[in-house]
Amino acid sequence: MATGFFTDTTLCIGCKACEVACKQWNELPSDGFAFSGNSYDNTVELSGTTWRHVAFVEQTMPTEDGVANRWLMSSDVCKHCTNAGCMEACPTGAIIRNEYDSVFIQPDVCNGCGYCVVSCPFGVVDLIERFDPEGTHYNLASLSEERVEEQKTALQGHGGVAGKCTLCYDRQKLGFVPACAKACPTESIQFGNIDELRERARARVETLTKRGIHAELYGADDAGGGVGPLNAFFLLTDRPEAYNLPAEPVLPSTRQPAGYTAAAVTALGLAIAGWMIFRNA
Amino acid sequence: MPSLGTSFGRGGATVWLPDIANADCILIEGSNFAEAHPVGFRFVMEAKERGATIIHVDPRFTRTSAMADIYAPIRSGTDIAFLGGIINYVLTNERYFKEYVYAYTNASNIVSEKFQDTEDLDGVFSGYDKEGRVYDTSTWAYEKDERGHVKRDPSFQHPRCVLNLLRRHYSRYTAEMVERVCGIPPATFTKIADLLASNSGREKTTAFAYALGWTQHTDGVQMIRTAAVLQLLLGNIGRPGGGIMALRGHADIQGATDIATLYDLLPGYLPTPSALRDEQTLAAWLKTNTKPTGWWANTPKYMVSLLKAFYGEHAKAENDYCFDYLPQLIGDHSMLPLVFAMKDGTVKGYFAIGQNPGASNQNAGLTRAAMEQLEWFVNIDSYDNETVSFWRREGADPSKIGTEVFFLPAATVLEKEGTMTQTSRMLQWHDRAIKPLGDSKSDAWYFTWFAKRLKELYADSTDPKDRPIQHMTWDYDHDDPSERAKGEPSVLKVLQEINGYRVADGEQVASFTELKDDGSTACGGWIYSGVCPDKQNNRARNRDGSGPYTALNWGFAWPANRRTLYNRASADPDGKPWSERKKYVWWDESQGKWTGIDVPDFIATKAPNTPADPDGKGMDAHSGADPFIMMMDGRGQLFVASGLKDGPLPAHYEPVQSVVRNELYGQQSNPAYGEYRRDDNPYNGEVSDDYPYVLTTYRITEYSGIMTKYVPWLAELQPAAFAEIDPELAVEKGIKNGGWVTISTATGDMEARALVSGRMQPLRVTSKGQRKRVHQIGVPYNFGEMTGLARGDSVGNLIPIALDPNVSIHESKTLTCNIRAGRRPPRHRDRIDAPVPAQERDPLGQPIGDWAKAHHGHGYQHMQGDEHGGSEV
Repeated sequence: MATGFFTDTTLCIGCKACEVACKQWNELPSDGFAFSGNSYDNTVELSGTTWRHVAFVEQTMPTEDGVANRWLMSSDVCKHCTNAGCMEACPTGAIIRNEYDSVFIQPDVCNGCGYCVVSCPFGVVDLIERFDPEGTHYNLASLSEERVEEQKTALQGHGGVAGKCTLCYDRQKLGFVPACAKACPTESIQFGNIDELRERARARVETLTKRGIHAELYGADDAGGGVGPLNAFFLLTDRPEAYNLPAEPVLPSTRQPAGYTAAAVTALGLAIAGWMIFRNA
Repeated sequence: MPSLGTSFGRGGATVWLPDIANADCILIEGSNFAEAHPVGFRFVMEAKERGATIIHVDPRFTRTSAMADIYAPIRSGTDIAFLGGIINYVLTNERYFKEYVYAYTNASNIVSEKFQDTEDLDGVFSGYDKEGRVYDTSTWAYEKDERGHVKRDPSFQHPRCVLNLLRRHYSRYTAEMVERVCGIPPATFTKIADLLASNSGREKTTAFAYALGWTQHTDGVQMIRTAAVLQLLLGNIGRPGGGIMALRGHADIQGATDIATLYDLLPGYLPTPSALRDEQTLAAWLKTNTKPTGWWANTPKYMVSLLKAFYGEHAKAENDYCFDYLPQLIGDHSMLPLVFAMKDGTVKGYFAIGQNPGASNQNAGLTRAAMEQLEWFVNIDSYDNETVSFWRREGADPSKIGTEVFFLPAATVLEKEGTMTQTSRMLQWHDRAIKPLGDSKSDAWYFTWFAKRLKELYADSTDPKDRPIQHMTWDYDHDDPSERAKGEPSVLKVLQEINGYRVADGEQVASFTELKDDGSTACGGWIYSGVCPDKQNNRARNRDGSGPYTALNWGFAWPANRRTLYNRASADPDGKPWSERKKYVWWDESQGKWTGIDVPDFIATKAPNTPADPDGKGMDAHSGADPFIMMMDGRGQLFVASGLKDGPLPAHYEPVQSVVRNELYGQQSNPAYGEYRRDDNPYNGEVSDDYPYVLTTYRITEYSGIMTKYVPWLAELQPAAFAEIDPELAVEKGIKNGGWVTISTATGDMEARALVSGRMQPLRVTSKGQRKRVHQIGVPYNFGEMTGLARGDSVGNLIPIALDPNVSIHESKTLTCNIRAGRRPPRHRDRIDAPVPAQERDPLGQPIGDWAKAHHGHGYQHMQGDEHGGSEV
């Protein structure tokens, strides 16, 4: 069965419970303690060790009485594309499509080449840095001594490979809902059968439209650029760019025919030029 | 919670969280619901999905505002002006719920002719003693007939009937005044007022939600009172989707006041006896604290049963049930006055458990300086914190500090079992998930062994003063031999004792209605009675969510598992639901009892047409249509004749430290607030050019207490102390987003990272006829300088101690400050650390004036009112 996420940003209250639940379940370290100054968002982006990221978009408009504010919040995640750029680029076959139709990186097969990183149209995948057992990013202080060793071993397994959302493959195998969806207090993150989710999302757009709220789906149908429909799609109330989502995502391989043609034309041109130059020699 | 207590009868939220989903309109004010209570906020979102209008009034545009349909920015600390404006709107436009107000409130009571309002005295009520800074409340009483009954005017013609007093009192709270004081434009104000009125009445209900944004002011109790008056006028108390949701900050704060960490309350909201009142014998205490009418007529049963639980077989009728073992109050012994007493050397030892006063207290520098004067200090916590490490803070010289510090490791919530009483007054049991790490022990373990060792040490004493220790019951030994071997007490036995039992056979009582005042029952906290109705049954463990949405088999909500309090008011005086849509509890004529989807908060078989017996005792004095059973007259109190120390009706005062003059009255701030004129507690002044900006404080979703700052996953989400600043002020002050700023007050300074955002907006207000632009700066209260992964200066360093007269709460939510770009200078010893001159000292750390005499023992007023006044629980 194909499963996925429907993230309804109109219900997101920006509590970041999804980020924390994800890191806790997947035993991911923090990304460091840097103050960004970018609204309430200090994790800033998805990374090899941040698989859910809540974007905070502040919009301020002057009015007669002062200002009108809007604060959009949206929990971003791997889109689990129908045609996944990372999977196409992976030379080792580490990235596969599993039985839940999710795009899954097998950490024991991944060699850390990083081709997937540049091939993701959404900038999701990233390499996980080498594990530093002395680092304060890990939640080791609160563990008993036996658990520290266990945790170190687990974390070392993550080092030097590509990382991203697994759609909680391990939890799904146990019949559990992914950690982020389980932790979400307002059902902004909904998990389930992808066809049912799409149906629910369309109904939701209708409801919101009736209430006079602009709502659009992102990736419920073909996201364009060869990417196809997304198994993790979104309901937005502004243009995708406002949420730092590409308006027109492009699967790198769709540029191959044009690229090869351009290369062939260039080669042909050079050949002709060479022939013309050396003709008289 | 005397505001809810004196208005409705019990000091708890009148509703429960899931019921908010039934509201047609929700006013969130004094609370950042979405950030501070994200899990409970799901019910607000559910209400919104069902079509409710969400209104958020707050100085900052927060994550709650982002979810609201209407957001109104307000100048911090002006909520009484705003809500008073709505009261005026509702009265002037005759939009109150007349049938409800006439039947269920004291609107028709006639107030004594001696009473003078703020209208007459330019901002103070009659009875104010300027020297002592206290009120004599005797002139706030009602007029009585020759038989001693309160006079009423059901025709509402009398100029001094409560409804007309309200009209007069709030007549100056116009939309224009709201704009001048709060900075809310009249159009926004009128829209909100209309929405509240339109969504109240027979068919609809409006819910209010507040938290510490209303509490932490020198007139915080009166802010909540204003909401209570408004909700009574709109007829929203006791009805589904209505009420006032008092959001509690921590998982068990409700439980902490119920069973009973406040110095002035014994378990179950029974007032601690006081040496300054005539309460030196049980009979005298009962005389002061038992009400002739209403539910509190039962006070003797609860007090005697409590003493039986405390002192067991030693408590007998002939020795007053050991009443004289109880300590007696001699002043205000709440937390902040104690800090002064520590600093001055009166208090020599200190336990801090489950809190971090070295960072979170107001004037936190003073707390740390005071701790240097202690002989010993015990901290029970799971992590290093600013309090236990006070001796190594910046600027301190450990070689000169003589305090002996004991740091004991505490088990965390996952490492122990027990109940927590959450914000809906619901007890929920949790099991132990893992064993405590290392030497960590539960708090119950520590107190068990403190008690056992004290009893051992005093076992042979013949000194009568040691008898309270010798005679104190302490039989919580665990039945499980392995737990007993570890010294762990059985917290279930503690809960069973709180529930109460019959002394003769040790069997549990099923409810507080079974308690007696003859020593035949023992009960450790009567309001929880019924949670363990027999030895095998612990209703806090119940987890059956089936049936109607009230889910009465999930957990146990005090009192008597009632979810919505005063729910008799969900039916009209004849006992019929006000409307089919808002049906909740009603009179079933065929069965001859009250029925519905909740436990009726009423005598189950008392018919709605039962007449009141004006000379009757206890509940007989109430009619079948008086829903507020704890009250002496069974009605909601629009006017609180006694029980509050700063006025029977809320009036707007400026914060102690403000940027403007009071537009409404000549009286600038609450005339009865607790003021400390000491060198180590300096104020900025009422209005000071040196401190031209408003500072407001709050907590953020990412942290709760000290333990959360050690979690890397949380620390990365908010890694630094920050200050939210509006762009206009940032430009004016040369502050860059993400850069450093230093914020200062007369009390202290702090540095933080700047978060410049259009969410903060300057407001236009009026001061003494002059238009003024007010900038508000927001700083989260979560950070500490020394410990945890995410560190930063605590804003507690900036806030001087100034207290509300009713509950001694501090004014953290609004003060004044200055700000500049750049970092603060290194800390050195200053006047906060220096000893204060003898003439500034009070041995008990009391504020100036007659505070100790008038304000000690707030528990008194939780249940003490005049004949028709308020009560707690």
